[in-house]
Amino acid sequence: MIDRLTEARGFDNFDLRYVGLILAILGLGVLSIHSVTHDQQGGIAPYYLKQLIWIGLGAAAFLVMWVWDYHSLARLAYPAYALVLLMLLFVLFEGRASKGAQRWIALGPFTFQPSEFAKLVLILVLAHYYSKAPRVGWLQRVILPGLLMLPGLLLILKQPDLGSGLSFVAVYAAMLLMVGVRSQALGVMLLFSVMLFPFAWEGVWGSLHDYQRQRIMAFVNPDYDPGGKGYHALQSKIAIGSGELTGKGLFGGTQSQLKFLPEGHTDFVFAVFAEEWGFLGVLVLLVLFVALIWLSLEIASKAKDQLGALLAVGIVSMLCFCVVVNIGMTAGMFPIVGIPLPLVSYGGSATIMTMASLGLLLNVKRRRLSLFY
Amino acid sequence: MAAGNYAETEFGDFHRRLMILRVGLLLVVALLGLRLWHLQVREGPYYRDLSENNRTRQVLLEPARGLIYDRHGVLLANNVPSFSLYVTLEEVKDRELLIGRLTELLGLDPALIRKKLTAKGGKLLPRKVKDRMTLRDAVLIESHRLELPGVMVQVESQRNYPGGVIAAHLLGYVGEVSAEQLEKPEFAGLHQGSVVGQYGVEKSFDRHVRGQAGQKNVEVDAHGNEKQEVVIEQPQAGNDLYLTIDVRLQKVAEDLLGPEYGAIVALDPTNGDILAMASRPGFDPNVLSRELTPKQWVEIVQDEGRPLNNRASQGQYPPGSTFKVPMAIAALETKTMAPSSTVSCTGGYQFGNRLYHDWKASGHGAVALHDALVHSCDVYFYTVGQRMGIDTMAEYGKEFGLGQSTGVELPSERTGIMPSTAWKEKAKNAPWLPGETISAAIGQGYVTVTPLQMASLIGTVANNGVNYRPRLVRAVMDRTIGNLQELPAVPRGKVKAKPETFRLVKEALAEVVTKGTATRAKSSLVTIGGKTGTAQVAALRTGPEENIPKKFRDHAWFVAFAPVESPKIAVAVLAEHMGHGGAAAAPLAKELIETYIKLTSPAPAVTADDSTAKPARRAPEPL
Repeated sequence: MIDRLTEARGFDNFDLRYVGLILAILGLGVLSIHSVTHDQQGGIAPYYLKQLIWIGLGAAAFLVMWVWDYHSLARLAYPAYALVLLMLLFVLFEGRASKGAQRWIALGPFTFQPSEFAKLVLILVLAHYYSKAPRVGWLQRVILPGLLMLPGLLLILKQPDLGSGLSFVAVYAAMLLMVGVRSQALGVMLLFSVMLFPFAWEGVWGSLHDYQRQRIMAFVNPDYDPGGKGYHALQSKIAIGSGELTGKGLFGGTQSQLKFLPEGHTDFVFAVFAEEWGFLGVLVLLVLFVALIWLSLEIASKAKDQLGALLAVGIVSMLCFCVVVNIGMTAGMFPIVGIPLPLVSYGGSATIMTMASLGLLLNVKRRRLSLFY
Repeated sequence: MAAGNYAETEFGDFHRRLMILRVGLLLVVALLGLRLWHLQVREGPYYRDLSENNRTRQVLLEPARGLIYDRHGVLLANNVPSFSLYVTLEEVKDRELLIGRLTELLGLDPALIRKKLTAKGGKLLPRKVKDRMTLRDAVLIESHRLELPGVMVQVESQRNYPGGVIAAHLLGYVGEVSAEQLEKPEFAGLHQGSVVGQYGVEKSFDRHVRGQAGQKNVEVDAHGNEKQEVVIEQPQAGNDLYLTIDVRLQKVAEDLLGPEYGAIVALDPTNGDILAMASRPGFDPNVLSRELTPKQWVEIVQDEGRPLNNRASQGQYPPGSTFKVPMAIAALETKTMAPSSTVSCTGGYQFGNRLYHDWKASGHGAVALHDALVHSCDVYFYTVGQRMGIDTMAEYGKEFGLGQSTGVELPSERTGIMPSTAWKEKAKNAPWLPGETISAAIGQGYVTVTPLQMASLIGTVANNGVNYRPRLVRAVMDRTIGNLQELPAVPRGKVKAKPETFRLVKEALAEVVTKGTATRAKSSLVTIGGKTGTAQVAALRTGPEENIPKKFRDHAWFVAFAPVESPKIAVAVLAEHMGHGGAAAAPLAKELIETYIKLTSPAPAVTADDSTAKPARRAPEPL
C-alpha cells in the first residue's frame, strides 16, 4: 500500500503521456502563433515569445495545482468565488475595454482577464457544493447551484463575454449530468426551457450588443454580405477550406499572412493552423485533443472521491466545450462567440488558467490511491 | 471515509454517465472532423480559388490615350498625370460609413458615390469613384488610409487639351464609358471606369486613340497594401492622330465669329481636308472630360446657345441664295437656261394668286445667268425653278451632296433636307405643291443644309465638279511600331457637268465679290469667288432689320473659294441672326482666306508662331 502510494506521488507513464500531449498541443499553438504574427509587432516582444512566457507561467501554475491538495483547495472555493465576483465588478466599472467589450484588468504592462479565472473557480465552487453534502431534491440539486452560479454568469454576460458565459452554463450542465438528475426533473426542465424560450429570447437578444447580434445573423447566412458582418466567418471558412488536404505549409497561409483573417493568433488560430497544415494536420490536432480529453475522463472515472470526480468532470467539460465550440465556430458551424482554442490560442490568462486546471486534473489523479492523508 | 461511502450510494451511476460523456465527445469530434473534411477536402478547391482571389487584386493599367496634333504637328490633346480615387468593394466593411467619410473628406455628392459603388461590376475590381483629384485631396485620403480600407489613390493620365476651347467641337472630349455603352460590341474589352471619347474626333476615332489596357495582378493584404506584383501585362498606348486642321487658321476662324453664334468651315477642295471648322458658342473640353456634377450637366445641356452642338456639321439652315450656285449649274446643264437667255425681273414673280418678291423691290431688269448670280436675282431663279421642277433640282442638289451626310468623321452629322416630291410624300404624307418649288429655288422652304455641306459644295464647284469626302484626320501614328500611316483622300465622285458650265458659274462667282453682293469680301491679296445668302428665319418680315428681335433675324451666309484660278481653299460661313450674307458673312470669309493664303504662301509668314500650344512633335511633311 505504501509502495503504491509513493509510486502514485511521482510521475508514472500515464503522467508522462499526459504532459506530452499538453506540450505537443502547446507546441503546435506556438508555431501557428509565430506563423501568423511573424511580421508584426507584438509590443515588447514577439507574440510567440510572449506566449512562451505565458506557457512558462502556466507550467508554474500547473505544478502548484498539481502539488496543492485539491481538498484544501476546494475549501477555498467560496472565498475565491467572492474574490472573482469582486474582480468582475471591478472590471465592470474600471476595466480595460477592447473591441467593444470590457473584460480586462490592467496589471502594469499586462492585462488580466478575470473571466478566465472565474471559469476554474466556478468548477471548484460547483464540485465543492455537490461533494460537501448529499444534495437531494431538485431544489438543492438544480436550483441552488444555479443561483450560486448566476451572479458570476450575469457579470460576465454584462462585459459582454458570451463565450465565457456559455462555458459557465456548459460546466454547470455537465456537473448536473454527472451528479444525476431524475429523468422526470430533466423533462420538466426541458419543458420549462422551451416554454420560457420566447421570453428568454427577448431578454437575451435584447441584452446582446449589436456586434453579437450581427455575428449571429452572419452565422445564419455568412455569404449575405462578405464585406460586412459575415466577413469574419467567411474569411475563416476560406482559410480552413483553402488548406485542402495537405495545407499551404508553415508561413504559407495566405489568408492569415495577408491578414484577410482577423484575430488569426487568438480566437481564429485554428483557421490558421488548418490553412497551413491542411486536413491531415487538423486530424493530428483533433487526435491530440481527443487523447487529452480521453485521459482526463479516465482520471475522472478513477477519482478517489466525489469531489475529485466532479473537479475532473468540470475541467474536462470546460476543455471539451472550448475545443468544440472554437473549432465549430471557425469552421462555420456555430456563431462566432469568442472562445479561444485551449492551449493553442495566444493569450496569457487563458493559457495560464487552462494549464492550471490541467494541473488540478493531474492532482486528482495523483491522489486517487492515497486513501489516507 | 465518509466521502467514499457517499460515492458508493449516491454516485453509483457515475461511470455510466461518464460513458455517455465519452460517446457524446466522440460523436461531436466526429462531426467536427466531417465538417472539416467537407470544407478542406470536398470543397477545398473552391475555397482555394476564393483565397487566391482574396489575395490577388487585378489592377488595370490604363493605357495612355493617343495624342492629337494638327496638320503641322501642333499638340491639341495630350495626357497629364492626375489622381484618381478607387474603391475595391470586397475590402470595404461598411459601405455607408465609407460613403460618409468620403463625403466628409472630399466634399463629394454621397448619391454619386453610392451610384458608382452599386453599379455593375465585380467586388474584386477596383472602381473609380473620383478622378482629377487635387493634390491636397489625394494627400488627405492617403493620410486617412488606415481608416479607409478598400480605398486607394492612383496616379493616372488625364486627358488634357492645351488649347482649351480651341477646336473643341472637332476634338470632342472624353468621359467614362457609360453602362449603356459597355453593352455594345464596339466597347468590348472595356470596363467600368474606362475612359472613351464621347464627342468629336475623340469619339469617332476612339478605337485608334483608346489603346489597350494592361493588367497588373497584385498580391495585397487585407488592408490593400501591395505585397508583390504577380503578373504584368503592359498597357498599349493608343495611336496618335494628325488632324487636317491648321490650328492657326482654326483660331482665326473662331475669333472671327467672336461672341456671335454660327459656324465657319474651311476645306481644301483638292483633297477634302478640313482646314478649320469653327462652331460658336463653344465649350472647354477640359471641363467636360472631367466628372461633371448633374447640375453642371443640366447647365450645359439647357444652355440656349447649345454650345455642345457642332453647328458646322449638325446645324441645319436654309441655304438661302447660296443655293443659287447649284441651281445655276443645273439650269445650264439641263438647258433650262442658255447662258445668254434673260429673265425680266420687276421685283416680283406672280405664281397663281401669290406674288413672290425679289429681295430688290425695284427689280433687276432683264438678267441673264451671270448677272442673276452676281446680283442674286431671285426672280431669275424662281423662273428657273418653275421651269426645272423640284425633282430635277433635287437631283442636282444630291449631285452636290445636299440632303445626305458628307461622311466626315464626326459623330451625329446631320444631313439637311433636299426636298423632292417623293421626299414630301414620305416625310409629310402630302403632295408637293407647285408654290413650294419656287421657295426652294432660292434655298428657302424645305431646303436645309449644314455649313459643312456648303463648304464641300462650293469646293466641288471650285474643283470643277471633282468632289472629295471632307475629312479631319490625315495620318495615324501607330505608337507600338512607330509607323506613320497617311490616310488617302477619299474621292466622292464627280458632278456630271461640262467644264464650260463650271467656268461660267465661277466667273460669275468671282464677280459677286468684285462687283456684286459680296464686295466686302474683295481682297487685295487673292482672287476670291463666292456667293452670299440670307436665310430667312421668320416668314413675315415687317419694317427694317433693326426692329426685329434678334432671334427672328435672318442668318447670314457666304460660301467662297480662292484663288479663283486654282482654288486651294473653300469656305462656308454661317452667322446666325446676323442679317445679310454680304454684310455679315462675306468679310469673315475674306479674312479667313487671306490668313490661309498668308500661311501657305512660301513667304516667311509660314513660321508664324502660335501661342496656343507649342508643337510637341512635327509631322514628317505637311501634305
